[in-house]
Amino acid sequence: MTLETFLQQLANGISLGSLYSLIAIGYTMVYGILRLINFAHGDIFMMAAYFMVFGMVNFSLPWYISIIIVLIATIALGVLLERVAYKPLRDAPRMSIMISAIGASFLLENLATYLFTGVPKGFPDITFLTNSVTIAGVSLSVATIITPVVTIVCLFLVLFITNKTKIGMAMRAVSKDFETARLMGIKINRVISTTFIIGSSLAAVGAVLWGSKYPSIIPLMGVMPGLKCFIAAVLGGIGNTTGAVLGGFILGMAEIMLVTFLPALTGYRDAIAFIILIVVLLVKPTGLLGEKVTDKV
Amino acid sequence: MKRLLSLALSATMVISLFTGCTKQEQAPATSTSGDSDVIKIGVFEPLTGENGGGGLQELDGIKYANKMYPEVLGKKVELVVVDNKSDKGEATTAVTRLIEKEGVVAIIGSYGSGVSIAAGDIIKNAKIPAMGASCTNPMVTQGNDFYFRACFLDPFQGEVMANYAIQQGAKTAAVIMQNGDDYSVGLGNFFINSFKKLTGNDASVVDISEFQVNDTDFNAILTNIKAKNPDVIFAPSSATTAPLIIKQARALGITCPIMGGDTWENPAVVEVAGADAEGIVLSTFFDENDPATEEAKSFVEGYKKELAGKEPIIPAVAALGYDAYILMLDAIERAGSTDGVAIRDALNATKDFEGVTGVINFTPEGDADKNIAVIKTVKGGQFVYIDSVEVK
Repeated sequence: MTLETFLQQLANGISLGSLYSLIAIGYTMVYGILRLINFAHGDIFMMAAYFMVFGMVNFSLPWYISIIIVLIATIALGVLLERVAYKPLRDAPRMSIMISAIGASFLLENLATYLFTGVPKGFPDITFLTNSVTIAGVSLSVATIITPVVTIVCLFLVLFITNKTKIGMAMRAVSKDFETARLMGIKINRVISTTFIIGSSLAAVGAVLWGSKYPSIIPLMGVMPGLKCFIAAVLGGIGNTTGAVLGGFILGMAEIMLVTFLPALTGYRDAIAFIILIVVLLVKPTGLLGEKVTDKV
Repeated sequence: MKRLLSLALSATMVISLFTGCTKQEQAPATSTSGDSDVIKIGVFEPLTGENGGGGLQELDGIKYANKMYPEVLGKKVELVVVDNKSDKGEATTAVTRLIEKEGVVAIIGSYGSGVSIAAGDIIKNAKIPAMGASCTNPMVTQGNDFYFRACFLDPFQGEVMANYAIQQGAKTAAVIMQNGDDYSVGLGNFFINSFKKLTGNDASVVDISEFQVNDTDFNAILTNIKAKNPDVIFAPSSATTAPLIIKQARALGITCPIMGGDTWENPAVVEVAGADAEGIVLSTFFDENDPATEEAKSFVEGYKKELAGKEPIIPAVAALGYDAYILMLDAIERAGSTDGVAIRDALNATKDFEGVTGVINFTPEGDADKNIAVIKTVKGGQFVYIDSVEVK
């Protein structure tokens, strides 16, 4: 293998990994606070991609306005989902709320199939994102270069919000102890809504970048990324934001490197992701950066 | 508030329960009366999932045929459409529903060989004749007396594409296939065999890569291929996947021709891949500018109006769906009954039937005996006819 090919694969890995990271943050945040695996996260991501298609293709808005509309619409969808599917079950056993999440996921998938049909829609070309540049024999689209940067910026933003702001402090309190936080006068609903706002907006940003790279938009496009990013979040230690980003990068890189070094196994790329999940659960269930949680008796 | 909400929720549930019941009650009612004045033909197509786009095109062709020829044996034909969701598991459920619950006398479909193969055994055991429109894998009809098809087969298609690639001066090829998809793997392997045989060089296929259903990232595979610098890439895949492969290949700076199979003749490919779709090569069943029969002429004229600009060209799968329907209708008419075995025998006896996609006879295996494929490319955002290839 030439150095050029290797560098290209490295770039492929970083770009795929950073997309995974971006979506994984959304998973991990909701889990960190509600102890809920938001199975509908991948489908919110899918809806965001459709919003972008509608904004730019059907209403022919310029991309920067579309992105703002996509952000707002996706956040609205995320918060609505929380209100309708999760809030009524706040005091119910954890299992019920998880089933509700799975139901919400199917609802969104089937709604999208019903509304937009299974025919793939082309993601609008945001010219400056899809332009490709060649650096040292490595072809990269601008989206490929921007994605890791956006991911890192989003990570620091999320870390800043959770560690330095008042609402972040409330979030951490809620994640430590739900009941006590409530007793201390923290407005739980507001905290949870904020979490969903952040998670959904990350899904929206992820969808725009994902769509520029993989422009075939179908109702089930969120399923695989959803599962993969969930694995990334578990790998990094679910509930830990930095861990999610780390997990996303590792997963993306592992998938690409499998194809690079073992080309005969290209058909088993998805299997790698699930093998990683199983190994992590067996060896270090708390993930790479996860804290050990002691159950209170 | 909470109580009100739960009350409202349970009310909707109860109501939906009742609507479910009424539907179920209606179905047997029509089927009992169906014995007297309606003949039900099942349409078994993917309307959602990765092949949803192609399935819808084929369904449109079948519906149009039904509009043109609404009656057989003096009774009205009712199409019962089920969605197999491009999924082998769903396919068996869907076809069982057609046979057991809906009581259809014949089945048309499906787009996608994998789902057709999955449904084959059920069709065979129920002795209900089925007519595939565009499922090209040989295994669909193999060892199945009741499965017929209106299109050519993958070994033929693979050979045509290999031939064409070599004619264009290709000496090496790379192949990308979808793991677990009978159509993609089948066609890919037939291409590989033909290409090796025609070049007389076992090393002429420089790379064979597989991907999985719903994969969107092909950069890694394509980077490997780029390093091996083939003269042509053959990537039989669904219309959902194709534009992703094409776009990513071009973004990586791969300039060689990219070729695919019949599934690529779908406006979604051109729409999603945009300018990158220019120059892709595919083989298909039918060309609207070269109608082979009288039936084809009237079909092209009528269907163009029916489409009313919805699609720029008549998709070949719509033409095949149309053919599948009229072939089945013709057989029912000649059988003079709706008995499965009688229809099958009538289908076997089909002789020089004038369809839209040519004159059709069936081989003993139940395949349409066709030896012409149309090769098309994309130019200026349109599918353009290049050549008709006949293989003896």
